[in-house]
Amino acid sequence: MKTILEVKNMRKSFGEKLVHRDVSFALYEGETLGLLGNSGTGKSVLLRSLIGIENADSGEIYFKNNRIDQLSEEQLFKVRTKISYSFQYNALFDSDNVFENIAYPLFEHTKLSEEEILQKVTQALKEVNLSGVESLLPSDLSGGMQKRAGLARSIILNPDIILYDEPTAGLDPINVENVCDLINKFRAKGISSILCTHDIPAAKKVCDRLIILDEGKVAFTGTVAEFESSNDPVVQKFLMNH
Amino acid sequence: MKFFVNFLSKKMENNLQLIGELYCFFIEYLKCLTTRPFYWGRLYQQIIELGIGSLSITLVIGFVTGLVMTLQFGYGLTKFGGVLYVPAIVSLSLLRELAPIFTSLLIAGRIGSGISAEIGAMNVTQQIDAVRALGTSPVRVLVVPRVTAAIISLPLLGVLSGFMGIIGGGIIAYTEFNMPIGFYVNKVLSTIRFVDVFGSYFKCMFFAVVITILACYRGFNTKDGTRGVGNASTWVVVRSSIIILVSDFFLSKILILLFD
Repeated sequence: MKTILEVKNMRKSFGEKLVHRDVSFALYEGETLGLLGNSGTGKSVLLRSLIGIENADSGEIYFKNNRIDQLSEEQLFKVRTKISYSFQYNALFDSDNVFENIAYPLFEHTKLSEEEILQKVTQALKEVNLSGVESLLPSDLSGGMQKRAGLARSIILNPDIILYDEPTAGLDPINVENVCDLINKFRAKGISSILCTHDIPAAKKVCDRLIILDEGKVAFTGTVAEFESSNDPVVQKFLMNH
Repeated sequence: MKFFVNFLSKKMENNLQLIGELYCFFIEYLKCLTTRPFYWGRLYQQIIELGIGSLSITLVIGFVTGLVMTLQFGYGLTKFGGVLYVPAIVSLSLLRELAPIFTSLLIAGRIGSGISAEIGAMNVTQQIDAVRALGTSPVRVLVVPRVTAAIISLPLLGVLSGFMGIIGGGIIAYTEFNMPIGFYVNKVLSTIRFVDVFGSYFKCMFFAVVITILACYRGFNTKDGTRGVGNASTWVVVRSSIIILVSDFFLSKILILLFD
């Protein structure tokens, strides 16, 4: 399989606290990779580091064989149109309505006319089963709807990779199911994903492979089947905690 | 004693670091201001919010200040037969000092706290991270329109406030001290020079930068959730008020040296 994103020997600390000692892994084209780990193991920090929102202390990140961890903020803007990020709490702009939120990347990075942008936004909302809410503010939407609006914003530029930060956190079982279906739908379109989560059933449902972060490094890598049948103490410890 | 020295050196280190960070933030603003893309729509929206939104209260404050000053100076100077000097004193002090200072303090309270709260709330809810994650610069999107709108609006508000004060002064001079309107206007026009208006304009521009750069910087660095947002607002109003009042002295001194 072809590697689309690769992390080599990443190290990250906050002051005295070492979060990542030596993290290395690869994401293959079209796969969904689950990033598991107990609280405080730096799953979200790792995701943020991948698009340069957080800067790693050392290590290398390659996107389509191009090193991206040394790029300037301005140079990273282009990369971020290809690697989109779905935030845990959605991070929708609360003063803008749903249309403005989803259209934001299109206004910024394309030269489409307003009519074309309207069409694209309508299509994206339809894709996440959220038609007809364009004029509403994020605060008018339920948690599940906000999540789907956030996902619509993540796919609007047709990214190669989506990074999901706790996509099912705080959602009821029906909405968890909806979000999992959407993640699978995006995978079927060929989008690669990294999903950081605590939700093991959801991860099993959508991920091709799983990795577990423990003590600042990747302690387990394997398919979902390997994860389920593993006697690895790290996996057992993780399952005991969850 | 050692504790006191350590405390002072730590404070000084923190303040120097803050000055350095504010300087870098301002340079980043200038960089984004002078390169593409520029958000004209956002600038227009901010001018409406900052400028037009503050117009009525600024004019009222300017007008009332003129009324009160004329009243106090008028009765004070009447005792010495100096009521004829009221138009000159009121117009000069309003245009040179009071209008820029009062307008800027008002804007620091109304707009500075609002900007820091808005950007601070965006920061703690990861909306600023979202701006970056969507491939855009938060300084370009959030800071440039706000600072630029304040640089455009605040000087105009300051000068307008000064003129409203002069109008208020004229009303009191006429009604309380029986000063003919023509005499008042003539005295005001012969006293005010272009450099007085320019000085007022320049001071307000400087204060606009101080208020909005402090507010945006603090908003970007807001931590600790909603309490942090409240603290950021207070911090901005206190710091910008102190800087406005202290720097006004030095700006006045420079303007006097240059033009008087």
